[in-house]
Amino acid sequence: MDYGLKPLGREKLWLWLMLVPTLVGLAFGTIGSLFATLGLSLFDWDLINPPTWVGTENYAALFQNENYIEAFTNTLRFSALYVPGVVIISLLLAVLLNRKIRGVGIFRTIYFLPTVTSAVATALVWNMIYGKETGILNFMLEALGFAPICWLCTDHAMMSVVIVNIWGAIGEGMIIFLAGLTTIPRDYYEAASLDGADNFQQFFRVTLPLVTPSIFFQTLISAINAFQAYDYIYMLTRRGQGDSSVPVAVYSIYRNAFHFFRMGDASAQAIQLALLVGVFMAIMFWWERHYVVYE
Amino acid sequence: MSRTITKTLLDGIAYAFLIIGALTMLIPFIWMISVSLRLPAEQFSRNIIPDPVTLKNYSDLFKDLPDNAFIYLTFNSFKLSILSVIGQVLTCAMAAFVFAIVKFKGRDFLFALLVATLMIPPQVSLIPDFIIFKYLHLIGTQWPLILPAFWGGAFGTFLLRQYFLTIPRDLVDAARMDGASLFDIFWRVYMPLSKPAVAALSIFVFKDAWNDLLHPLVYLPTDMQKTTLTVGLAFFQQQLQAGGKFTVLMAGAFLSIVPLLIIFFIAQKQFIEGIALSGVKR
Repeated sequence: MDYGLKPLGREKLWLWLMLVPTLVGLAFGTIGSLFATLGLSLFDWDLINPPTWVGTENYAALFQNENYIEAFTNTLRFSALYVPGVVIISLLLAVLLNRKIRGVGIFRTIYFLPTVTSAVATALVWNMIYGKETGILNFMLEALGFAPICWLCTDHAMMSVVIVNIWGAIGEGMIIFLAGLTTIPRDYYEAASLDGADNFQQFFRVTLPLVTPSIFFQTLISAINAFQAYDYIYMLTRRGQGDSSVPVAVYSIYRNAFHFFRMGDASAQAIQLALLVGVFMAIMFWWERHYVVYE
Repeated sequence: MSRTITKTLLDGIAYAFLIIGALTMLIPFIWMISVSLRLPAEQFSRNIIPDPVTLKNYSDLFKDLPDNAFIYLTFNSFKLSILSVIGQVLTCAMAAFVFAIVKFKGRDFLFALLVATLMIPPQVSLIPDFIIFKYLHLIGTQWPLILPAFWGGAFGTFLLRQYFLTIPRDLVDAARMDGASLFDIFWRVYMPLSKPAVAALSIFVFKDAWNDLLHPLVYLPTDMQKTTLTVGLAFFQQQLQAGGKFTVLMAGAFLSIVPLLIIFFIAQKQFIEGIALSGVKR
């Protein structure tokens, strides 16, 4: 990139003044704090007594800590259900809405609503809907002749939480895919249908390959959101003492840091979460190089 | 001939799926409103249309919660969300302008570094930031929620830079001929021309600040005069459910989403274009 306005004389100072907030953010908010967390993970510190150096002991302890293993496994299980769910449902929705039918605007608005409204507020009503004796979901199940389910008990809580999270996320995914679909030229479909391709063949031969950039982007975003999922899980599954029936990694970080004030353990867990994100991104970018079609 | 039949058939199937899906999306909202309009004795009724319809739960929200809690919570949420919007728009726009328009040493490196921070999960900064704010004696005040909004951010900077790059560069040269300074060009040329992008960013920031649960939970005391609507609702969930007052809780939940619903219906276009902008033009 060779364009650029040259700052004149004292404007060099202005230039850096305009960047000051961003530089402060890099130092304290993001890059600096990444190193700080890395450093903290090598100490034991309760914020009262002076920190003591423990080296990599906090990391070794993570693999012995059953609560943490459970939380980390839950994050992976949650992501394995949530990410494909969001990507597939929002892609299908976008394909349906991309047909030239009436009422597209209304549908788009309705599907987008949960994305706008707070997870806290909507989780309050989901809590009622999931109620074992009083919820409407079990009422509907019973009306259809099925046995009622204890949606938020340990056995089913993961599934129930995934459903609500998908419900809250497909609106955004749909928009990403609709934007991707509109970039596919109409002639491609006309050419395909002249060659005798039916609707399903058109979907798999034309739409799917050309929408891979959006699939890539949406998978990335959904996975990052999945690794950090917190709000719905907190509202639907919390118990006393900062515990939860579906503790996930973020839950565990939060609980260790701000309930037990084990800053070292919490930092080691946060670093592991960052590593998970990093490894996943690396895999995704490798996949992008090989399979994503850009025009 | 057969093609039109197939089209009609497929449109029918598409409609069927879309309508069933739309109902699934809407039922929680309908149920929330429905419960909020019922008498407490009817809270677990299965009828969607309340009988009788009452607004008592909404007035209870303001009367029964101690010390005008609901008013304070709403005020705090508005205050923090608006300050976040001001902070993010100003600081991200300044950085975006510099990265998009000005030529200086280290620009591309700094911008790449900033974009790379998008990959760092926010939970990583939570612990050191908490410790810093603790040593500054700011835990329990609203400063830890306000200050970070004023230190820029990768997402906002990226979004605005994308938009700034689409503005014709002749305008910069023309302004330079008239003797405009760097800051003048930013403030009098670029900002007024970037209203759609600024609007989109404002909506995103407002929404995220309004809906934030984790940060107020960490930094603010469970004092209804100091904390936000999200924390307040989570707190009242335990109290009101135990007291069997789901109806009041649903009234609170509904009122808490009304501001965002209004913004969404007014600015739907910017909202949706903003998301599309962040996704397509990478």
